[in-house]
Parts: sequence; structure tokens; C-alpha cells
Amino acid sequence: MASGVKPRVKAPSSATAGEVVTIKTLISHKMESGQRKDSSGNVIPRSIINRFTCDYNGENVIDVKMEPAISTNPYFEFEAKIPETGEFKFTWYDDDGDVYEDSKAVTVG
Amino acid sequence: MNFKAMTAMAALLFAPAAYAGGADDDTLIVNDEIEMVTKTAAPEHLDGALDQIISGWHFRADETQQLQTDDFENQGMIFVDQAMDTWNTAEGSEDKSCADCHNDPAESMKGVAATYPKWNEEAGELRTVQMQVNDCRESRMGAEAWKYDAGEAINMEAMIASHSRGMPVDVAIDGPVAEQWEKGKDIYYTRYGQLELACASCHEENYGNYIRADHLSQGQINGFPTYRLKNARLNGVHSRFRGCIRDTRAETFPTGSPEFVALELYVKSRGNGLSVEGPSVRN
Repeated sequence: MASGVKPRVKAPSSATAGEVVTIKTLISHKMESGQRKDSSGNVIPRSIINRFTCDYNGENVIDVKMEPAISTNPYFEFEAKIPETGEFKFTWYDDDGDVYEDSKAVTVG
Repeated sequence: MNFKAMTAMAALLFAPAAYAGGADDDTLIVNDEIEMVTKTAAPEHLDGALDQIISGWHFRADETQQLQTDDFENQGMIFVDQAMDTWNTAEGSEDKSCADCHNDPAESMKGVAATYPKWNEEAGELRTVQMQVNDCRESRMGAEAWKYDAGEAINMEAMIASHSRGMPVDVAIDGPVAEQWEKGKDIYYTRYGQLELACASCHEENYGNYIRADHLSQGQINGFPTYRLKNARLNGVHSRFRGCIRDTRAETFPTGSPEFVALELYVKSRGNGLSVEGPSVRN
């Protein structure tokens, strides 16, 4: 596992049915592009998060393929419509096979 | 930038040298709750030098400014989170963590960043936050001191600063530290390097003007440690001093050196009255 990886998510804990809410996500990750060389001239191997997905009650909200040009600590902000009470599930996929997860429950009241 | 500023800028197209890139009139409120003092009357000791002290936040673009208004978007807070993990981790021969003595930093570290660098009576020396942390690590935890301004040290300083946000900078400049404060002032007004530039040449006489494509600020350090977009990490005060002196094409002092500790005290005292902003976001 890449060091110091920590997902953070900001989403409202309650909403009205059909409301469109803004979700912000940020994951600390060095996002090493694989293009850089270290001080002795050796290529620093690529190590990035290559995919990010968000599901709500099993239904996909977004699915992002990520490339090496994305800078360190990738941040995503997007909107989602809340039909009923449920849970957001966020998943980040690392090059090294690690999967980082976070979730946020939303109550419709 | 508001509409007024836009028209002011349009007017400036005809007189670009006069006010290019000066401080704007925006207001900084963090997380909709911490209202920052980013412009205020200069402390007494700056009589004749500056009338008003202005946070570096005002000299940055709107997009950069906005990043600092929300802890979620302020990437400096990532490092504050990491420092919280360090805070709770036991280390050294005593197997103690910071939390074992200091409990919750939200309580115990409140106001600390506003008053450092500070005289330590017991040790008889002027100490920065990082020096104090390292003393704790060595004498109380039996752990190795952190390298100055590096990884964990700067993260910890940012975490400590974050609990003083919104409080006015108020460092003491008299009594036992008076001598070092004078020394810091000397450094501030000394021209260094092949370019023969003093801190004051840019940050006192030319703030608001362009330096190449960037705006010069007053060089206030109330927002340190600073998350810089250009290197995507936290930057310490001493590293910033090094960068500035290097840019004058001079040999610099090392980070953590007595010269920089004195300069940190002096520069911080120039911001007495501004809110602590650390970790701030700059470009």
C-alpha cells in the first residue's frame, strides 16, 4: 500500500427525496506519474490511483478512469440525486491492487 | 475580486505601474465560522515603515484564496490529519505519545502558534514551535529529534497552528528576547547576495508590485506553515527564508539556525494583530 493514503468524503447526512446534493471527495495519494527520475537518474515507478467509483444503494453514480497526469491528492466534486434513504459507497483503486473504501449514509426525511 | 476591483483594474491599464496586483478587499472566513483579521493597523514598532499590515492571502488569485475558506479544500489539512495520527502514536524509550501529556490538542495547543517564537525560561533560549516539539521528543519521550521543516515536523507545526486559527498573532518582543528581536530586525534590513536585496526591499518597499509574474506580499508569516500549490506540500517559515535568500543569490543560513529563529521572531512580530491562518494556501 502506498503510504499516507487516507480518503475523505463530504456529503450531507440528510436530504429531501429527489434532492440533488453536492459530494466532495479527496484522497491523499502521491500520484507518482512514472515520468520522473530520481537523483541518480532512475525512473521512479508509476504509482497512481487509476479508478474512482461512487455508488448509491448499488446504483452507479460515477465511474472515473484516472491517468498519470492527475496531480497529487486527487479531488472530485460531483452531484447526485437522492431518491430514498441509503448509503454512498466510494471506492478508489490503486495501481498496486489496493482498494480504498469509504461510505456515507444519507437519510431522507 | 469584486466588480469595483475589475473597474479599478480596467483603469489601471492606463497606469500599470501604480497599483499592479495590490491587495484586494475580500474577506476571509474559514468553514463559515472563523472570521480572520487579514488587514489591520501595523503594530507600534513598525512606525514609519508600514501603516497597515496585510495578510499574504489578499495578494493571491480568487481561486487560490477560495481554497483556504474550507478545510475540505485546503490540502494543508491533509497533513494536519497525518499529524493527528503522529500525535497519538507512542514513540521513543519512554513509550509516550504527545497525547499522553497534552491530551486533546484542540484544548492544549490553543493559542500556542500565536505566541511563538517564545522565550523558554528554563532553557534560557528563544524557541520556535518546532524546537519546543523536538525538546519534548528528546527529553520527555526519549525519541529522536525531527529534522527542521521536514515531513513530520512541519505537519506537527501545522496541526498546532490549526488550533490557533483566528486568534491574533501576539509575540513578545521585549524582555529576554529583545536582543534577538533586534538581531532579526538587522537581518531583515540587511542586503544579501549578488542582487543586494534585503527582505525590506521587496516586502516593505514593493509589496503589491510584480516580481516577474507574481505579486509581492508583505511577507507576513501568520499563515505558516503554508500549503503551496507549486510543490503540493507544507512549507515552513525557515524554508521560505532560505528560498528568498537563495533568490538574492546569496549563501543562506540553515533552517533552524539561530539567525533564522531571530528572523522568524522579528517577521512574526511584524504581523502582530493579524489572525493566525496556518495552514494557509498560497501559490
